[in-house]
Amino acid sequence: MTFAAGIDVGSTYTKAVILNEGHEIAGKAMINTGFQLTKAARQAFDQALEKAGLGVKDVAYTVATGFGRHQVPFADVSVTDLTASARGAATLFPGTRTILDVGGQTMKAIRLDDGMKVKSFRLNDKCAAGTGAFLEKTARYMGYATEEIGALAATSKEAVPISGVCAVFAESEVINHLSQGAAPADIMYGAITSLVDRSVQLMKRVRMEPEFTLIGGILRFESMAEVVHRALNKSVNVPAGDLVQFTTAFGAAILGQSRLKKLSHQRKANILAV
Amino acid sequence: MSYSAGVDVGSTQTKAVVINEDRQIVGRSLIDTGANVILAAEKAYVKALEDSCIREEEVEYIIGTGYGRYKVTFGNTQVTEISCHARGSTQMFPGTRTVLDMGGQDTKAIRVGSNGEIIDFCMNDKCAAGTGRFLGAAASALDIPLPDLGPRALQAERPVRISTTCTVFAESEVLSWLGKGKKIEDILMGVHQSIAKRSIGLLRRVGVENQVTFTGGVAKNKGMIYALEENMEIKLNVSEESHYMGALGAALFAMDHIMGSRVPLGSMEAGS
Repeated sequence: MTFAAGIDVGSTYTKAVILNEGHEIAGKAMINTGFQLTKAARQAFDQALEKAGLGVKDVAYTVATGFGRHQVPFADVSVTDLTASARGAATLFPGTRTILDVGGQTMKAIRLDDGMKVKSFRLNDKCAAGTGAFLEKTARYMGYATEEIGALAATSKEAVPISGVCAVFAESEVINHLSQGAAPADIMYGAITSLVDRSVQLMKRVRMEPEFTLIGGILRFESMAEVVHRALNKSVNVPAGDLVQFTTAFGAAILGQSRLKKLSHQRKANILAV
Repeated sequence: MSYSAGVDVGSTQTKAVVINEDRQIVGRSLIDTGANVILAAEKAYVKALEDSCIREEEVEYIIGTGYGRYKVTFGNTQVTEISCHARGSTQMFPGTRTVLDMGGQDTKAIRVGSNGEIIDFCMNDKCAAGTGRFLGAAASALDIPLPDLGPRALQAERPVRISTTCTVFAESEVLSWLGKGKKIEDILMGVHQSIAKRSIGLLRRVGVENQVTFTGGVAKNKGMIYALEENMEIKLNVSEESHYMGALGAALFAMDHIMGSRVPLGSMEAGS
């Protein structure tokens, strides 16, 4: 059995996926990226290998992606996260034409053509108000951890309007709402609504079309997908369980497998030619 | 002797100033605004009175300014902080034609005419980049007290270039430079340069004309003065009272009102 690995070095988390020839996940791991990208990539890879019960030699091809893809010296090749996300999302949901990827420090809208290829994209990585950091900050101002965002927002009865212009200024806004007696759940839900408004703007700029597939760490909060669904008034695909966070690494691993297939064809052809 | 007061309720700090007829500051105070804005205004005013040793009854007119100016419930009227910073700056430095006010949550560029009137202004209040908050974020990321930022930055040898615009992302960029082994001083100067460049962008939108007076809480920061002067290639007017400039402007307007509403002594004699 030949395995391929995809390593997605993201702004907040580094994800590694090991895939067999049947495109089944043999092992995956996720760790905090921190500031030493190479080390993070190595660690995520090692942990994924361990979970798969494999050694480094079992992996024939490694594809790096994500913003830190150039810091993965042991990768055979690096591809942009747009390409990897496109492949991952379209493998899981072949009807995908628009991808929304919301990560810790980026938001991306990707439009695909009929052949899983990236047709156009828009991204925001300049302003935290349009990324997962906005939700993290809002949660932190109220004394909640990132992991609690989903459960907190789920108990909301009515969203408190949050302007969502600046993640730093949101602090005063949040404090004002709290002092006026607003429930943290409603404020959290308001922040999610404001982030979704921004994501719809971004998707409009790539001329969105169904089907929609939502990926990225922030989509692990179910209320986020629910709000996107309502804002678009269209059904949305969300990879099951934690795969939503691994879609890009998964796509990179798929690209690794197809590369392996191509290489082995070439080898056979070379042998036949001799 | 008549006295007037100005209370400047800022996003981060509240300042109060009491002045006399000679337009000299006789008392001042500075406190954190916190969540209760009305209380902050009252406390700052009471502290300024204590500092001046003047009784409350002696203060004839009070003007509120700053983003929380309508929370100065004891004030006689309100004036925008734009007008007050311009008024304070032209009083301190009559040659002032441009004012840069850098506060905790916003930065303003103001063009003033030869009589201190406002010609144009421009502010950055939608985004924390280029405001005092950017410095605050760096200070907390590096665990350095705010007042030490400027002096430490001035010791830089090879400032780093901060590439992120957003204050939230700058915090992680600062840590990543630290992770790459850069000196704290070099990172700090990079942060100051980045804010200076954004502020200069704001100033250009109103047009920079000499002299330029630098006001607001950040004007106390020597590193920021250096970064601005280096990038603008001019000398800035910076007063010891820069932090109180808005409150001073409000107190000056209040004094103008007192003086205007009372018939001057000389004219009374002439009339009788």
